[in-house]
Order: sequence, then structure tokens, then C-alpha cells
Amino acid sequence: MEEHAVSGHKKTKTVKTIRIDVDKCNGCRACEVICSAFHASPRYSSSNSARSRIRVIHDPLRDIYVPVYAGDYSMAECAGRDKYTIDGKEYDECAFCRASCPSRDLFKEPDSGLPLKCDMCESDPSLSEPMCVQWCLADALVYEEREEEVVEEEQQEEIEIGLEAMANKHGVQKVMDTLARMTKKA
Amino acid sequence: MRFAETGFNLEVDLSRGNVERVATDPKDTELYLGGLGTSAKLMWDRVPPEAEPFSPENLLIFSAGLLCGTPAPGCNRTIVSTFSPQTKLLAYSMMGGFWAPELKHAGYDKVILRGKSPDLVYLWINNDKVEIRDASHLKGKGAVETADLIKKELKEPKAQVAAIGMAGENRVYFASIEQGRSSASRGGIGAVMGDKGVKAIVVRGTKDVHIAKPAEFMELCNYVLKYIKARDGNPIPGVMPILAGLGSPQEMIVHDEKWHTENFMWGNSRLRRKGFWTEEVAENWTNTMESMRTRLISCYNCPMKCGATISPPGLPTYMMKCFSKLTYTMGAMSDLEFGLRIAQSATEYGVDGFSAPQVMAFGLELLEAGILTDKDFPGMPDDNEGKFYWLLDKIVRREGIGDTLANGTHWAAEQIGNGAQEFAHNNIKKLEQLPLKLGMLNPIYFLMYSTGEKINITQIEGNFPQAPFATREEREEFVKDWPHVPDEKFKEYFVEWEQRGEKSIPYYPTPDATCEIVNWQEQMHYIDDSLGMCAGLSSFPLKPPYHIHNLPTFISSGAGIDMDKDELIQIAKRNRNLVRALNVRKGMRRADEKPPEDHWRKRFPELETELMDTYYKFKGWNSQGIPTEESLNELSLDYISKDFIQRGILKDGEDAPSGETSTEKEQK
Ligand code: SF4
Ligand code: SF4
Ligand code: SF4
Repeated sequence: MEEHAVSGHKKTKTVKTIRIDVDKCNGCRACEVICSAFHASPRYSSSNSARSRIRVIHDPLRDIYVPVYAGDYSMAECAGRDKYTIDGKEYDECAFCRASCPSRDLFKEPDSGLPLKCDMCESDPSLSEPMCVQWCLADALVYEEREEEVVEEEQQEEIEIGLEAMANKHGVQKVMDTLARMTKKA
Repeated sequence: MRFAETGFNLEVDLSRGNVERVATDPKDTELYLGGLGTSAKLMWDRVPPEAEPFSPENLLIFSAGLLCGTPAPGCNRTIVSTFSPQTKLLAYSMMGGFWAPELKHAGYDKVILRGKSPDLVYLWINNDKVEIRDASHLKGKGAVETADLIKKELKEPKAQVAAIGMAGENRVYFASIEQGRSSASRGGIGAVMGDKGVKAIVVRGTKDVHIAKPAEFMELCNYVLKYIKARDGNPIPGVMPILAGLGSPQEMIVHDEKWHTENFMWGNSRLRRKGFWTEEVAENWTNTMESMRTRLISCYNCPMKCGATISPPGLPTYMMKCFSKLTYTMGAMSDLEFGLRIAQSATEYGVDGFSAPQVMAFGLELLEAGILTDKDFPGMPDDNEGKFYWLLDKIVRREGIGDTLANGTHWAAEQIGNGAQEFAHNNIKKLEQLPLKLGMLNPIYFLMYSTGEKINITQIEGNFPQAPFATREEREEFVKDWPHVPDEKFKEYFVEWEQRGEKSIPYYPTPDATCEIVNWQEQMHYIDDSLGMCAGLSSFPLKPPYHIHNLPTFISSGAGIDMDKDELIQIAKRNRNLVRALNVRKGMRRADEKPPEDHWRKRFPELETELMDTYYKFKGWNSQGIPTEESLNELSLDYISKDFIQRGILKDGEDAPSGETSTEKEQK
């Protein structure tokens, strides 16, 4: 999200939307491939759908095609879950949910388990369109931008989100011990 | 670090239930790239020519191509190789879909199956964890159904499954391996999988695939996508719709089937039906397709959508692509509705869409001719469509006459005798071909049909137009924008090529030019088959995004192997000779290298001999089609020339053909 300071607590922000047309999706997963490659470091040095911040929930025999973007990290799974039926097609529990959540392996780094979140391909210089949109030749993903006024809100740092996830997984003490050990080594 | 490839194969000994992860030699990648190339090398090293296809010694290798799992668009092929029960030669069928990239992400380039499992099993590869699991509960289940059941029982919706159906389990010689929207179906590799007692191979992988020079590689990938987009709105003028665009022939999209239905043969590749495509038929078939097709679907990382999900009313959903749309319809002389319905059963049973309809039509021809009798078909329904369902069922269960027909037209005819051989008329090297019968011999196709090692024309032809355009102006227009040619001379060959007169088939292109054209087209397929590239974006269509001038950079920036055009051509040549050597060691000789007798009405024996002689010479093969010692050594295939000399296939220091055996003779 690009933010521009204006007077008082109000700001305008650019809301970046990706319109998803599931009817146009052909299940190719190019979006996953390019997202993972774009976020590899160095950039494009590897590809791995498991690290992608978009995943296509894909069950061709039931004609289910849902590209889902990684949203916020969630510490605990929902107590109540959603299960949609649309046009007679029954979608799996949590199918449309963006959360990186303990209930599933979606949107977590495969080795560390750290949560993944779509950052709209924020980069410098910024891209004309996010990579997944550029690589979706089927136009199932279409990018839109608009300006909106909002009340300022603290953004949680990526590293903080990561640490929080680690703490939830292993306990605060263990994370602190590990950090201490790492600091000594360095 | 290894780039593009993982550097590990999975060795599975099914007899002992043993699984091992084995590092591969990077030298082999430099010599053969990957996919078909390195698989053929393994077949050469490890399967003696005496080994029968259905023996524990035969290997069944599932290989990802070198660039599968990288972001190269459309690079997703799984190359399956083994010795074929049908041809007794190397079969290397390929499937698109999602399996090969998943295997790469699991950390392997190949899965090599040897031995035989005493019980039906499936292989579950989950990154480093590999299990051989009981599959007795899946016995007799359909291939598509099996994939669904396994994903559920493992709770792994993202796993990719390659499975056989009943045909594979019962070792039907034309059984396929099915993988969702794709299948590897030619040459009976599904039968070998069944013989090994493997119902399915299931893969799930979450590891990285590394790129050697990321920026350079991505620039090429972006070029490919841009090119595909540009071509989308600019079909090539002068050719029929399915050849004007990219991808596999767009059979799921194109409704106009005038060309196929009026030019290809119906029944057991017998009947040409001119005037078949009436308005009424067109409307009917369009309705059928529109009502059954739920969605157009792509393979991994490709925008082309060559496949479709098909839901025939009252039947389970399945996926289809390419020409299998029409093979059952035309084999049974029926309509598209029947074709799409029976293909659902055929996909679940797991049979090859080219062979199966022809085998059934062949069986019914023998009945009509009195070579088989009603006694051979007890309980067969009277209606035409019913007969085909009945036959398909008997074949995949190997019951009654189905047990004989399950061996394909060639071997069934041998068993039945009594003149049945005449009816197995559409084979090359014992493998059923596209149902096509033409008038005038085409020298390019003559050589491709005769000498192509994949024994399937769509996997040999490609970048050079199938026929000359009507006017010189059109041809000049076509070559103006044709950077794909490896050499400028190909433009001249095409511009000069006339539909009639002196510079037309069969005498033009000249034998020399013909050799070069065949060689170029074949070369591209050998490159694709080692990289895992879909032919639909490279070796098959006219003016594809991938070609001989940019593929070397894909390899060098992707896999980190220095490569230029000449080096890549050399590798393609090496792989081509290696595949040929495998077949030569199996007994293949010149006598085996011929198109179906009736493929062309007008034949030219003298010209054909000249073409074969010229081509063999061009390729560095002796008059029996055996690579000479000199040409093998020049390709660093000394180990093959030594073996050939030891076996007396080649004589030391001379290129004299030993020429005595041929698979034809051997097997009679
Ligand atoms: S790239 Fe587009 S069509 Fe392909 S899976 Fe992603 S959303 Fe679907
Ligand atoms: S917008 Fe960028 S970060 Fe988000 S899913 Fe698409 S490619 Fe990935
Ligand atoms: S061109 Fe068609 S067959 Fe080839 S990879 Fe793409 S979708 Fe698959």
C-alpha cells in the first residue's frame, strides 16, 4: 500500500484491487509460479508454488477454480468455518479465506512455516501491474487502483508478524533463547 | 548447486520394495540434457536387449524435462520411457499437465521403476518421504477415479497423480497412463506400469527449483508470453484453423471439423467421407460440445488451454484434449455425442485414443469378413454404438476375443491368422497410426513416417508447413517473417515449393532438401523432449515462441550450461542417435522403416529408395539405418559403437551393414 500523508489523522491511500474472475481461470498456476519467482532472493533465482502468495484452489472434476491471495496471519483457527455452495458447486471449508492459519498449510513458507502475505508486488521501481496479473493471460486476474481517504493506522512490520508466528509456534522463551544464541554466534 | 534440475533420481526396486535417492552425474546433463536424453542413456546402460517388455529387467522411467519446474511457460512435460510391448522398441510417450513440475519440487528429476511388485501398489512421493503403499482397494478402479480417491485418502488435494486404469492393470498393449487432463498413451507404457504392479505414482513437492541466471532467464520467459499474446490475434494465413495458432491443435475450441471429418478416414482407417460436414452435422456437433464442455483448461504454467473438462449428461466428468475428440466418433462411424461419451469410459480404463478405436473397428471388420465369427462375439449388442462399448469392455478386461484384441491390431492379426494381417493395415512398426490415407506421396512425410523413432507423426512433424501455399506471393509473405529457421535455405525450399508442376511433390523438395527439412523438424522435437517443453509451443506449430535461436539461451540461463545453437544441435543429434541405437540393438533395421502400405495411393519405389538412401547417409547411418562407428564416435557415443562391434551389429572399421535381422523376421 502506498500512503501519502495529508493533514491531521486523515491520509489518502491507493487501494489496489485485483478482480478475480473464476470463470476465466484455466488452472494453469502461472500466477503461483511467477509470484514465487518474483519474491525469491535474488529476484527470479528460484521458483516454488509453495512459496507463492497466491494459490489456486483447483479441483477440475468439480469445476472448482479459486485463486486466493494470502492475507493476514492468524494465530488461531476460526471457531466457525465457512462452507459455500455456489451454482451447485460445493466449495471446501475455508476455500475463500486468505488467512495464513494453523488449520492448513496454505500461505506458509515450506521450511520455516513463516506466514506469507501478498504485498501486491511492492518494489522499487514499482510495477505497472502485479506479476500474477501480468502472467495471467486468461484475464482471470485484473488489476485496478483507486484513491481512498482513510484514518491512519499502525502497520505491523513484516518481521514482527514473522516473530509473532514463531512465538506462537515455539513459545516466546524458545524464540528469545534462539535469538540470544544467534546474537552470540554473530 | 544444480540449476533447473535437482540432481537426484528416485530409484525404486519394486521386487524388493526398496527406494533410494541417487545423485546424478552433471556430465550426463551436459551430454544429454535431461528428459528423454538422460532416460535413453539409462535404458541403454541398464536394460539388455534380451529383456522382454514385461520382465522385471525392463525399466519404466518417469522423467521431468530439464527445464520443468522453472518459470519457462509451457515447460511441463513428463517423459515416460520403457520398452513397448506393442513395438518391442523404445516407447517414449509424453504427458503435459502438472506432474513433472511437482516431481522437481519434490526434489527429483526422474522416478526409475524396476522389478515387479507382487501386489498392486502405489508410490507416494512427498518431498523426502517416499512410501510404497498398498493399492489393493484401487484394483479395477478408473484412472481418473483412482487419482481422486488417492488424493482424498492422503488428504493431499495438491498432490499430482499419474495412474493406470483397468487396461494397464490387465496389460492391454495400448494402455495409457492418465494424469488428469493429460495422458501418456502411445506404445503401451500403461501396460508396463500394470505389469510392474504399480497403480499410480503420487507426487507432492514444496522445494525450490533454482535458476542459474535469473534476469536473463526471465527476460526470455516474458518474451514468450508476449509472443503468445501477439500470436493470439494473428493466426497464420493460408493454413487451416488448427494449424494457424499455437498450442496443441485446438480441438476443444474449434467446432469446424470439416477438414478432419472429410479428410481423415473413418472406421478402421478405411472410409473417406467427402461431403460429410453438412450444416446439420455442424450444428449438432457444436451443440454437443457446447453442452458437455464445462471449461477450457491449461497445463502447468501455460496460457494455451488446449484441454477441456467434459461432463457428458449422466456420466462422471473427465478431461480431454486434442484429437481424441474425434477418434472414437470416426472409428465407430458415429457422431460426436457418442465419441465424447465413450471417451469417458476409455479415459477411466486408460487406453490410447488412437489405437483403441482402430482396434475395435478392426475386430468388427474381421467379423464382417468372416475371419472371426459370431461365436467370437457372444452377447455383443446389435446396435453399432453398443458394439463398441461391448468391445472396449472385453478388451480392457481381456475377456474372450478382447484378450486377443488387447494386443493391438498387429499382434491380434498374427494370432488370428487366416488373412487377418491384411486388416492390420494402418501400422508402422506394429503401432496404429493416425487414420489418414492420401493420394500423392509426400517425400517429407515419407521420411518422417518411415524413420521417426516416436512412430507417431504428430511428434515428428512441425515447424515446416505441411503443404505449399497456393501462390508464390503467399509463400514469400510467409517467409518474410520466419526467423525460426535454422538456416536461410529453408525459406528458399518453401518459396520454391509449388502445388503443381515440376516443383511439387513427390520430386520436390529434392531428396537433399527433404532430408534437411525432416532433420530440422525432428531436431526440434528431440530438444523439446529433453527439456520437457510442450511441442505445442515449440516443435509442433508454425512460427512458435521457442525455436533453435532462443532455446540455447533458455538452457544456459536456466540450467547454467553454456550453450549455443551448434552445441544444442549436437546434443539433439546425440540423443537422436542414442534412441536409434536402442532400437537397432533391439533388432530394428531398414525393412522395418516404412509407412503403412496404403498410406499413399501413388507410390514411387525408386524415389523412395533414393530418399531412404540419402537420408541414412545424411544422418551418418549405414544402408541398414545403423549409425556408423564414425558418426557414433563423433557424438561421444563410443560406448555404443563398441557394443555394436562386439555384437556384430557393426563390423570393426567398416560401415558394412550386417543387415540380417529385422524385428519383422525375428518375431514371425
Ligand atoms: S494465472 Fe490466471 S488462469 Fe492461470 S491459474 Fe492463475 S488465475 Fe487462473
Ligand atoms: S500481487 Fe504480487 S505478491 Fe501478491 S500474489 Fe500477485 S504476484 Fe504475489
Ligand atoms: S500448449 Fe496446450 S498442451 Fe501445451 S502446455 Fe500449453 S496447454 Fe498444455
